[in-house]
Amino acid sequence: MKRHARNPGFRPPPEHGNATMPLYLNDEQTMLRDTAKDFVAEHAPVAHLRGLRDANDPTGFSRDLWKQFAEMGFTGILIDEAHGGLGLGHVEAGVVLEEIGRNLSPSPFLSTAVAAVAALQGSAQAGEWLPRIAAGDAIAALAIDEGPKHRDRIAMTAERAGNGFRLTGAKQFVAHGHVADLLIVAARTAGGEDDQDGVTLFAVPRDAAGLTATPERLADASLAARLRFEGVEVDADAVIGEVDAGRDPLGRLLRAGRTGAAAELVGVGGGAMDMTVGYLKERKQFGTTIGSFQALQHRAAHLYSEMEVARAAVLKAQQLLDAGSDRADEAVSVAKAMTGMATTLSVQEAIQMHGGIGMTDEYDVGFYMKRARVLAELFGDVGFHADRLARHAGY
Amino acid sequence: MTDLDTFRTQTRAWLADHCPPEMLEPVRSDADICWGGRRYDPAANPPQARWLKAMAERGWTVPDWPAAYGGGGLSAAETKVLREEMAAIRARNPLNSFGISMLGPALLKYGTEAQKLEHLPKIARGEIRWCQGYSEPNAGSDLAGLATSAEDGGDHYIVNGQKVWTSYADKADWIFCLVRTSKESKQGGISFVLFDMATPGVSTKPILLISGYSPFCETFFDDVKVPKANRIHDENKGWDVAKYLLGHEREMISGMGLGGGGRNPLVEGAIATIGVDADGRLADPVLRTQIALFEVRARAFGAMSERFIDELKAGLAHPAQPSMMKYVGTELNKDRHELMMAAGGSDALEWESERSRTGAMPRAWLRTKANSIEGGTSEIQLNIIAKRILELPGT
Repeated sequence: MKRHARNPGFRPPPEHGNATMPLYLNDEQTMLRDTAKDFVAEHAPVAHLRGLRDANDPTGFSRDLWKQFAEMGFTGILIDEAHGGLGLGHVEAGVVLEEIGRNLSPSPFLSTAVAAVAALQGSAQAGEWLPRIAAGDAIAALAIDEGPKHRDRIAMTAERAGNGFRLTGAKQFVAHGHVADLLIVAARTAGGEDDQDGVTLFAVPRDAAGLTATPERLADASLAARLRFEGVEVDADAVIGEVDAGRDPLGRLLRAGRTGAAAELVGVGGGAMDMTVGYLKERKQFGTTIGSFQALQHRAAHLYSEMEVARAAVLKAQQLLDAGSDRADEAVSVAKAMTGMATTLSVQEAIQMHGGIGMTDEYDVGFYMKRARVLAELFGDVGFHADRLARHAGY
Repeated sequence: MTDLDTFRTQTRAWLADHCPPEMLEPVRSDADICWGGRRYDPAANPPQARWLKAMAERGWTVPDWPAAYGGGGLSAAETKVLREEMAAIRARNPLNSFGISMLGPALLKYGTEAQKLEHLPKIARGEIRWCQGYSEPNAGSDLAGLATSAEDGGDHYIVNGQKVWTSYADKADWIFCLVRTSKESKQGGISFVLFDMATPGVSTKPILLISGYSPFCETFFDDVKVPKANRIHDENKGWDVAKYLLGHEREMISGMGLGGGGRNPLVEGAIATIGVDADGRLADPVLRTQIALFEVRARAFGAMSERFIDELKAGLAHPAQPSMMKYVGTELNKDRHELMMAAGGSDALEWESERSRTGAMPRAWLRTKANSIEGGTSEIQLNIIAKRILELPGT
């Protein structure tokens, strides 16, 4: 990876409405995938997750592994070279995320190196945070959701106070929120809670006075914090982008985060499918491998089809994001909704076709179901994104 | 500007100059589709004839075929640009043809130079309309069980037997046909031959469908004399050609899942019938949700189609991937028409009225029910995916 950084083979596509890049990974991206596949499978397989869970690890991921991600160059994929990154795109970030998904590796990669970086890129805070993220020295968490379902609504307030702002309110489902160095917080500086305008994005240090983070263990053994902001005071230079115009950086953050979550879902669904197809070839009943039964073959083939379509939708969204296309936003919602459906099918079929063993904690397939559920909810579920597309299309 | 950008600019200008405005209107029924052939009457629809002529002169009815065979000689990237530019202005396909979508690719791969020069340019110009003689009364899903015989008559074969579900056999000029040249082996006793439908001994009988239309025929052969020079590939090797060609047929049928670009007839139809609520949203929230979830799948499949074509042209697609495309595309097309009928309510039930354009919608809805049967049923496609892609064991 580092070698490519100095002599990157990646050329950004021309900026026009039509992406003419072929919809498959190019040679450099394929090489990166092979590297990421080997690395993640070796250093963070499902056993790594199981170990952290069994130890009731209070961090939720391995800081050593995060440092290794930085050494591999992964943490800087989306960061420009001036800030110590590789200056690559969402396709490349997605390649790493798919392997994270396939191995269920607990990692702050999505929140830090993808979503937070997208928000910070080009902002006044870029110089402070991007080099630290690229070096693996900083973790970021995203304080967006205020209720149990992801919505556009932002009610948390940021009142002007002296030279800065005073933040009051609550956030939830903040992955790594209890250990992050940086919290990216969406708060309201003007207007009502459903208004598009009047939102401002803040970069808040986690040790800020008046901020409490309570980590909660989720079904997939990951840790997500509930945050309480009780008059947390921040300087004016904590504002990412412009006051009242936080939807711009928040939009970048959400597009990157949703696309990244979709890529990770493809990894989770693909991993569960591979386990299932492998099991169908091994398990014998009635004196033959159960994979020879047409009832199961058809379910497996249907699942394969769904996962292929979902994978294509994700790559399309990534390419359009990288091309700066105005069609990217809709493609992102298609990708997030489609991967939500396909991966949910994959993990359900995985447990059903594994039979009783799929219900045991000892067997890994159950972890896939749990992770899929968390990712399906993250940054908007199937219904949220389907409805979003309907609104965009005028119905 | 890259060469491709220049090509795009020139193509856009050329299309603006040469595509008649009538050819930018959506296709409303089979009558709007140009199939070419000996019985094609250019005077019946002059803009359509002008469009066909302009495109054929540039070889753009088959943009990626070599110019020597009547094609445009375009690269994969240029072909994609042409498709995108045509889609952007919603230009109609200038020529629909089984010669282009099915026989052509097989001839390019298996034909002799003389066979290519004789048939391909006429296909490209729309001079000869082809039909496909595959299925038989006792050889449907089990296609290789076909019985139509071709006896050796020296420099020709004597063909006897019956085909069924021959699309537009009563309107076609020539047929590409699977015949049995040996009973020694099931798949290894089949040959692939071409002959003129005007040859003595060929007769056709249309089959009336539930849609009230007869797009398919029974086709009978009674001592039909077919020159051996019209055989494609070796004797008894016709199954190789058939399989290759079936892949292309599945590709073509899979395109049905895509619907049109731009305006969405499903959404427009629903709004026209049902109306909108105070928020400007489709007033039936359950149907709205169903449509939105369908649209996620349809758009994801759009990305999958793009990916599939790109991978196919780069030689990266799994040889059985057309089965996945056919399965997903046809099932989606059926779903689309079910939703269109639900959106249309009782208006969509009118079968003969002028207002309903003699029942265009219900007839189209019924026609789609054959999509997952013709060209290999959905169940056959799932078998192929299970065995060839997932490599599950046979029974």
